[in-house]
Amino acid sequence: MKNWLKISAVVLLVYVHIAGLLMDVPRLAILNETIRALYFHVPMWFGMVLLYMLSVYHAVRYLRHPEHGRDIQSMTYAHVGTAFGILGIITGMLWANYTWGSPWHGDPKQNGAAIALLVYLAYFVLRGSLDNEEQRARLSAVYNIFAFAAMIPLIFIIPRITDSMHPGSGGNPGFNAYDLDSRMRLVFYPAVIAWFLIGLWIASLRIRIIKMEEKLADLS
Amino acid sequence: MCLTCAVIHGVKSQESLRLKTSMLFGLIRKEFILELRRKSVIAGLGLYLFSLIFICYITFNLRENMISPTTWSALFWLMVLFAVVNSVAKGFIGEKRGVFLYLYTVASAQEIILAKILYNALLGWVIALTGYGLFSVFIFNPVQDHLIFFSGLLLVTLGLTTTLSLISAIAAKANNSNVLMAVLSFPVVISLLLLAVRVTRNALDGLDRSVSTDELLNLLAINCIAGALGYILFPYIWRS
Repeated sequence: MKNWLKISAVVLLVYVHIAGLLMDVPRLAILNETIRALYFHVPMWFGMVLLYMLSVYHAVRYLRHPEHGRDIQSMTYAHVGTAFGILGIITGMLWANYTWGSPWHGDPKQNGAAIALLVYLAYFVLRGSLDNEEQRARLSAVYNIFAFAAMIPLIFIIPRITDSMHPGSGGNPGFNAYDLDSRMRLVFYPAVIAWFLIGLWIASLRIRIIKMEEKLADLS
Repeated sequence: MCLTCAVIHGVKSQESLRLKTSMLFGLIRKEFILELRRKSVIAGLGLYLFSLIFICYITFNLRENMISPTTWSALFWLMVLFAVVNSVAKGFIGEKRGVFLYLYTVASAQEIILAKILYNALLGWVIALTGYGLFSVFIFNPVQDHLIFFSGLLLVTLGLTTTLSLISAIAAKANNSNVLMAVLSFPVVISLLLLAVRVTRNALDGLDRSVSTDELLNLLAINCIAGALGYILFPYIWRS
């Protein structure tokens, strides 16, 4: 990863944290100050979906031309994406605790996100239970594509066709309300970019670590 | 010249298409014959279904005499899910290594997965319909809109068998396949089941049909995605 990308990610994150906590936000019913969760909760989901997309991309590349490096990339992006998803669930639960009154409200969005994470955890279980390296890479690439296809309806479709209390659906103030306020975008878009860059950075470091460990194992 | 080429090519592709369909039916027939030969498996499946429903009957009906339609649909889909998972799982997991090798030499991967999916879907429909019959005998039959209920049943069972066929093929390659089958399949089929419960609830309440068309179309779309993925991805599983 290029150095200027790393530096800009750090600078953007510092800006997001200061501006996200100090800048003026619109006063909306129910949400009030918790609207600031937008800067920290929503970028996690953007980052997760983007990282899973990269993971699927590398899985498809692996199936077309089997190469060990692509399998490692696919796995690592799925790892980091899952970490982002777990952080997204935790920040969402914190927010729900103050807005809805309880951390787990059984909302369709919460349930869908939790099930999507289960699908990816199953992916890691599958990787763990296959011994042959080549077989593991191929089968988990297949399941990765399958998991991505299963995640799309869980996160994007089913919550939209059921009533949800999540902001942005069911008549609750959400993205449409933010559209009125361009000040929030000034923080929100940098936050999305910065968190995604951080995810890429973590993934690239992990890929390097795994490759070095394999080289060490070869040497010894 | 070109025309004759095209004609010959067309004849050839038609020929290969016919060969393919005959191979497909041959594979499905082979599945049926194998299944019918092992009568204990069919009997076991029937007994499994019966005991599931009987347990439901004993735990709910004797006490209250009535359960709510929501509980009915939840029980019904749980019954279908477990019976279908059991019947599909043995498709690839129970198969011997020699059979795999033989199939590998005579048929292409696409034909095999299509045959498996079609056969499993037929079996799944039989299971679901039998379960429905037993449910109406032992518990009760609250369905008001039969058309919506049965089209939902058809689509959901097809979707379940499609996804489970592919997943059982993956799980068959691993060490502890039975555990892995459950771990891999349940999160994937949850979205299908959520839609299924919603359609069933509409059908039980006898709501207007326009309410359920959206869900049915969604189910159809999920089936198409699952079928296409299975068709494209299965060759990669099959190769090893």
